[in-house]
Amino acid sequence: MTRSARRTRRTLQVAGAGAAALLALSACSSSGSDSGSADSGSSASSASSSPELSGTVTVFAAASLKESFTTLGKEFEKDHPGTEVTFNFGGSDTLAASITSGAPADVFAAASAKTMKIVTDAGDASGTPATFVRNQLEIATLPGNPDKIASLKDLTKSGLKVVLCDKTVPCGAAAQTALEASGLKLTPVSYEQDVKSALTKVELKEADAAVVYRTDVQAAGDKVEGVDFPESAEAVNDYPIALLKDAPNADAAQAFITLVKSAEGQKVLAEAGFMKP
Amino acid sequence: MTTPGRTTAEHTAADTLEGGPRRGRVRPGGRRGVPLPLLVPALAGLAFLLLPLIALLVRAPWRDLPEQLTGGEVWQALRLSLLCATAATALSLVVGVPLAWLLARTEFPGRGLVRALVTLPLVLPPVVGGVALLLALGRNGVVGQWLDSWFGITLPFTTAGVVLAETFVAMPFLVISVEGTLRAADPRYEEAAQTLGASRFTAFRRVTLPLIAPGVAAGSVLAWARALGEFGATITFAGNFPGRTQTMPLAVYLALQNDPAAAIALSLVLLAVSIAVLAGLRDRWMTAS
Amino acid sequence: MTTDLDTSGEGLDARLVVDRGTFRLDVTLTAAPGDVVALLGPNGAGKTTALRALAGLVPLTGGRLRLDGAVLDRTPPESRPVGVVFQDYLLFPHLTALDNVAFGPRCRGASKAEARAQAAQWLDRMGLADHAGAKPRRLSGGQAQRVALARALATRPRLLLLDEPLAALDARTRLEVRAQLRRHLDEFEAVAVLVTHDPLDAMVLADRLVVVEHGQVVQEGTPADIARRPRTDYIAQLVGLNLYQGRSEGHTVRLDAGPAITTTEVLTGPVFVAFPPSAVTLHRERPTGSSARNLWRCEVAGLETHGDQVRAALTGELPLAADLTTVAAAELDLHPGAPVWATVKAAQTHAYPA
Repeated sequence: MTRSARRTRRTLQVAGAGAAALLALSACSSSGSDSGSADSGSSASSASSSPELSGTVTVFAAASLKESFTTLGKEFEKDHPGTEVTFNFGGSDTLAASITSGAPADVFAAASAKTMKIVTDAGDASGTPATFVRNQLEIATLPGNPDKIASLKDLTKSGLKVVLCDKTVPCGAAAQTALEASGLKLTPVSYEQDVKSALTKVELKEADAAVVYRTDVQAAGDKVEGVDFPESAEAVNDYPIALLKDAPNADAAQAFITLVKSAEGQKVLAEAGFMKP
Repeated sequence: MTTPGRTTAEHTAADTLEGGPRRGRVRPGGRRGVPLPLLVPALAGLAFLLLPLIALLVRAPWRDLPEQLTGGEVWQALRLSLLCATAATALSLVVGVPLAWLLARTEFPGRGLVRALVTLPLVLPPVVGGVALLLALGRNGVVGQWLDSWFGITLPFTTAGVVLAETFVAMPFLVISVEGTLRAADPRYEEAAQTLGASRFTAFRRVTLPLIAPGVAAGSVLAWARALGEFGATITFAGNFPGRTQTMPLAVYLALQNDPAAAIALSLVLLAVSIAVLAGLRDRWMTAS
Repeated sequence: MTTDLDTSGEGLDARLVVDRGTFRLDVTLTAAPGDVVALLGPNGAGKTTALRALAGLVPLTGGRLRLDGAVLDRTPPESRPVGVVFQDYLLFPHLTALDNVAFGPRCRGASKAEARAQAAQWLDRMGLADHAGAKPRRLSGGQAQRVALARALATRPRLLLLDEPLAALDARTRLEVRAQLRRHLDEFEAVAVLVTHDPLDAMVLADRLVVVEHGQVVQEGTPADIARRPRTDYIAQLVGLNLYQGRSEGHTVRLDAGPAITTTEVLTGPVFVAFPPSAVTLHRERPTGSSARNLWRCEVAGLETHGDQVRAALTGELPLAADLTTVAAAELDLHPGAPVWATVKAAQTHAYPA
């Protein structure tokens, strides 16, 4: 905790980070207690198969990675007995703010280059982040696509209730880029605070369509139907992953990143709807 | 809050109050002052409440503030917040005060359960409240589908939706406050009114309501304040669209995503306006009562 | 004064039955217009319940209620021609004295101006014209009482109910207000029923007393009659008499429990005997030359001072209360446990059929 206290002091000097520090406070305490318990467990089993990898790997990852990363985390623990992977899934911006405020984490996997840049600019990343997957936008419609939506242009039909993500979150920024590229003007009924709540509006049939990520459509199963649109190529989201400079468990963290980038990792991610970089 | 008196002792007590300084200053630490076991926790509590506000002020980007606040969206969001919170309070009053009366003054089977249900929105996470509202009043909701097909009314994504979401979350504060005041008020005033020829409704309107006015006012302020800060139910039920459903808390939350400085600036505005309104109201009752 | 119930149905004719599980009220009450009836009884006797039943605030579970011939059993309180002065007045604290009085006429359909004009007249009649604009908390107890009376009378009720009308007042105000209230009740042309536990209030204000104990009427009559011939220990205590029950044979009343009392009346059968504590003379030695016919051996159980009088509670052959001056008490060296002889002259006893 002394280390994280020092880090907190440093980052508090960054102007305007007051609110972010508040967020970090909660992240800090929870992951702190997690690593404490894991340390004692690992010392007992470290003598077994892989003496070089042990302890807890703390991964801060974008919410859209939840399913695939959870699977990969289990695989990693199986491959390296004595390790434990704990995740903190959330909005990339929130996570980035936590990291720059001193939350102890080993790996950061962001949903956009922009959010990763917050971390690298603060000097909290170790080395250059690498893009490990890409995500593309898709239109989520009601099951069976009753409004016959086939393109981004169809969303501008009057009477259609469309929700977008707010411009301040990655899916909203991407949608904005795609719309601008196609020269379309779309007035949604709502700018949702994150991709999940945009999707929920369609799942509950309150909105007729939402512009979300392929992976989200995939995860929603048959509650929504995905429609590809060519303009999505204009707004492909790169997912960068990086080892953090103050990683408490850098070796294991590096191994986890390797797993994510491996063929095995890519297979799991592809199942969730992600594309190769 | 004053409770109507039953005895002449009350009259004299009221007289003394009248004569005494109405807003006398409390002097902590005075020789006849507050005992330490009360004073210390009290000050600790006060500090705990004020500290985050002070932190907000300390970290506020004062230099950039004028720039942060010149955007039209800020004032749009503020206007919408004030409008919706006031509308939600008015709606809460119209249905909440009669509900409080029913709970305080009548006997019916399952009254305890009803009272517990009324307070449910207090413990429900607001986002869950928003989802529940969607399921009830959404375009595809239990009641909402009929509103849509019969009257062509859809509530999600509208300003009315914001008002409903805020009412859902804020009304329990009003009901609980008014019910408490009603229970403390002497029901025999209503009986006295009845023996003078007033129907139960007239007795309520002309006697009970003026008697419980301080409680109603306090409840309204609580409800208004809660509605003003409402976030979860609003964004879930009514979505987020500038000028239509984007209230200040939504604007603050979204600003926090990539521009914490802007979020702090917005919070300051919301804070300043609420303090101004609450202080203004408080002064008004203190002098009016 | 007490009148037989008018066959035309004028006045009050009620049998109030209210069953509340462990408590049952069953009181018959009749009165002609102009009568002032006092319901007198100890706390918990059911007086207030009876009053509330008359006002319609408590539903009757049985019996009947007729006022000037109209059946009111099921009429809601707001539709009954009944005015109530509540024990602590219940003046609406947010309204001025004038608006309190105008409330009734307003509810009964008068215009705002009309109601206020009527209210002003009533306040004037009560001598409160100067206080019309005052809020209740600015009024003294006596003034508040008169505003409450004006408010009740302003609806021109055919039945006026007063619940402990003087109980909320201090002793000095009480004397003055009691006299005023008596005057206003005298002027009141319809039936007035007041509830009180104070015998003096009841006797000064009412033409007729109805004594209620345990939800039942135990005695009814004029104040003078009841003061002279109490029929229960409670009433005897209220009016300050020693009361005994027994069988009379000639001049001798053999008590149900205890000795005999010699009286001047000649009666046969079950009787009550009463005598005031002041009729008792106490002696430390058995008196020899006394002409008193009644002589009992007693013991002092307790002493209480009232001004320059001492009331001694005695036990022994006959439990009784005796009044004597403090000087006499000192001379007799009275103290709890002291043996005494009590004598009462036959002429000072009063026997009447039970």
